[in-house]
Amino acid sequence: MSDTDEPPTLQNTLLKVEGITKTFGTLKANDRVDFDIVPGEIHALLGENGAGKSTLVKMLFGSLQPDSGTIKWRGQPVTISDPMDARALGIGMVFQHFSLFESLSAAENIALSLGGEVSLSRTAAEAKRVSDEYGLPIHPDRLVGELSVGERQRIEIVRCLLQQPELIILDEPTSVLTPQEAEKLFATLEKVRREGKSILYISHRLEEVQRLCDRATVLRLGRVVAHCDPRAETAKSLAAMMVGEDIHDVDRRKAVPKEPAKQQPVLVIDDLSQPPTGPFAVALRNVALEVFPGEVVGIAGIAGNGQSEFFEAVSGERLQDRPERIRIRGKNAGHDGPSGRRRLGAAFSPEERLGHGAVPGFSLSENLLLSRHATDGKTYVGALGTIKSRALTSALERIVQALDVRKSEADPLASSLSGGNLQKLILGREFDRAPALLIANQPTWGVDAGAAAHIRQEVIDLARAGSGVLVISQDLDELLEMADRIAVMSDGRLSETIPTETVTREALGLMMGGAGNGEASAKNSPMLPEGTI
Amino acid sequence: MIEAILLTIATAATPLLLAALGELVVERSGVLNLGVEGMMIMGAVAGFGAAQLSGSPWVGLLAAVCAGALFSMLFGFLTLTLATNQVATGLSLTILGLGLSGMLGESFVGLPGLKLQAWAIPGLSEIPLIGKLLFAQDPIFYISIALTVAVWWFVFFTRAGLTLRAVGDSHVSAHALGLRVIRIRYLAVLFGGACAGMAGGHLSLVYTPQWTENMTAGRGWIALALVVFASWLPWRLVAGAYLFGAVTIAQFHAQAQGVGIPSQFLSALPYLATIFVLVLISSNRRMTMRNTPASLGKPFVPER
Repeated sequence: MSDTDEPPTLQNTLLKVEGITKTFGTLKANDRVDFDIVPGEIHALLGENGAGKSTLVKMLFGSLQPDSGTIKWRGQPVTISDPMDARALGIGMVFQHFSLFESLSAAENIALSLGGEVSLSRTAAEAKRVSDEYGLPIHPDRLVGELSVGERQRIEIVRCLLQQPELIILDEPTSVLTPQEAEKLFATLEKVRREGKSILYISHRLEEVQRLCDRATVLRLGRVVAHCDPRAETAKSLAAMMVGEDIHDVDRRKAVPKEPAKQQPVLVIDDLSQPPTGPFAVALRNVALEVFPGEVVGIAGIAGNGQSEFFEAVSGERLQDRPERIRIRGKNAGHDGPSGRRRLGAAFSPEERLGHGAVPGFSLSENLLLSRHATDGKTYVGALGTIKSRALTSALERIVQALDVRKSEADPLASSLSGGNLQKLILGREFDRAPALLIANQPTWGVDAGAAAHIRQEVIDLARAGSGVLVISQDLDELLEMADRIAVMSDGRLSETIPTETVTREALGLMMGGAGNGEASAKNSPMLPEGTI
Repeated sequence: MIEAILLTIATAATPLLLAALGELVVERSGVLNLGVEGMMIMGAVAGFGAAQLSGSPWVGLLAAVCAGALFSMLFGFLTLTLATNQVATGLSLTILGLGLSGMLGESFVGLPGLKLQAWAIPGLSEIPLIGKLLFAQDPIFYISIALTVAVWWFVFFTRAGLTLRAVGDSHVSAHALGLRVIRIRYLAVLFGGACAGMAGGHLSLVYTPQWTENMTAGRGWIALALVVFASWLPWRLVAGAYLFGAVTIAQFHAQAQGVGIPSQFLSALPYLATIFVLVLISSNRRMTMRNTPASLGKPFVPER
């Protein structure tokens, strides 16, 4: 966007951001950010985690205030002091972590953002009209807590459209959708664009951005590094702009395992079924799987289809009815807890890093000890249970070196590390033991592209060195990149594994949708009719 | 005999119902105020004192309401503005209230109190059995029933009530939508304090028109239990309050008549009922999800 054509487009420009700066402590989250949006365009905002995308849109939506710089709406400088102001201007937002109320019905959720005393029945009727018009099926009377992620997102979008915004901000909208659901979303967005409305589309999925967006603004470390036409770029060049360096492709050339069938599996899961642990949990049904040394097995699926329950069962946080349900390196482990399973050679990396994978208020070396005391007790714990801090510090140093963990001081608190660095540390802690089996849940969730590539390479290298690896992930691209075989978990059932060479995204998407197209939770609420709105 | 017992049940149940109604609104906004007992006793002492000074039990009632509301603002400032731990703050509010009221009320001990006279509605109160029960009660009884209807209507049929439930369900989402989370919670806490104050006023102006230290005798805690017992639904609160009230009265009569049931068992009954109801409601997933304020007790600190 050169400055020369600014005067003629000024009247046309819907939103113009000039020199926005926002500082948190010593961190410049946004540093003199400029960009503009014209009516009827889908504008992409690209950047890694921590590049400042969220900070920027929070300022556009009034949740945060810029330290300096101006926001112009239709050529007029405006102050957006809260979300109500943003809405009054005509800015709507669909949040990544939805801003919905689970205990309220869809219609009530929509009514809350409309303002004024609008009756619920009228709100529901309006919502139905909009949902029909844009092809976004919703059930106004259902409680949001009972709905699938896809339907929740539809409610957010309907709620947003009902306010007749000129600009809709979508934050990572496809991260929770199946490929099929994403297709439907794109169709809706195209329709919104045809009506002359503008969309600010935040994503780090480059194919989507290239397909959908007219222009892109790329952020890195809080600064705009490029304005470009995403269609004129390649996915690789866009990624390079985001990261500031070429991303190394993950190397899977050594991927051929040596006749796995003749080896003994490191993990056998034998017809594992278990009832749900709570009202919002999923039952596991007849899950069976084998993982051999030297291979990476991926488990795909949309969030909430039993992956967390599966991880809990395999890691020993929940014990099985019979010891032989889970066998690690040929030994029955179904009645062993996590420490017992670690002693058999397994290693675990849970999805939730803080609070599950690491204790936020403990230092890194203390966190190191927490998962190693069972397997390497002698190394790190001396007489009378004294902690050998020197041994811990040197192990920490080794892990930090091996995985390039970036930290501000020698042994900081786990909570002070960024998501990617903490994940590297948690995985590094397990790699350091050279486990025979690694089970990782969402290993690169919320981790920026550079660190994610590094983590994936390390995981593959571990497998090539002879360990068995099981990766649970919602990111299909990640699984297609890493895994030798992929199975899909849907509504607590695990499909057969399919070799990665023969699988297509579409086939996986259909399997992920299951019979109910991702609405697994609907089956759990028989008190409600399945009818249409 | 039976009529006399039923009459006293309503008198015993009214302060429980009032305090619980206030706490229900507070908890629906996502705030857990364990200081109900403290706010009640402050209402009781202020009500008694103001009635003594002015010679009017009505002035006493007003003072009770104001004292409860004022005291709740201390809790509000600490937990909402300073984001302190709600459980600890609520507990200290109760301890502070019990101590402070004892000090303020020292000179009131032994004084004869002023009683808020009952209102017998002409005609209706003549109906046999239920007439006296429903239409010849003290004014606060009528207020408690009217307030129950009002709270029920407010919570479920008004936009402000929807906003209240939304804030209690997720303050993060509410803030993102531009709802004024802190302001809404302040108003809810203020209402809870006023109700608890009125409940205390009922004790020192109607139930036993006198002042004794610790005269709330754990009723604030019962009110807290009632809110959970009622699964945050106003009508169930009435059932719960009258159940607790009935057991309290039955205890007195059982003792007087020399019935062989240990009084401790009778006092424990309502709590057993609360546990039973809790188990029942938690088995209904939809009911639980719909009515339990999900952000109950979590402090809210907006991002800046």
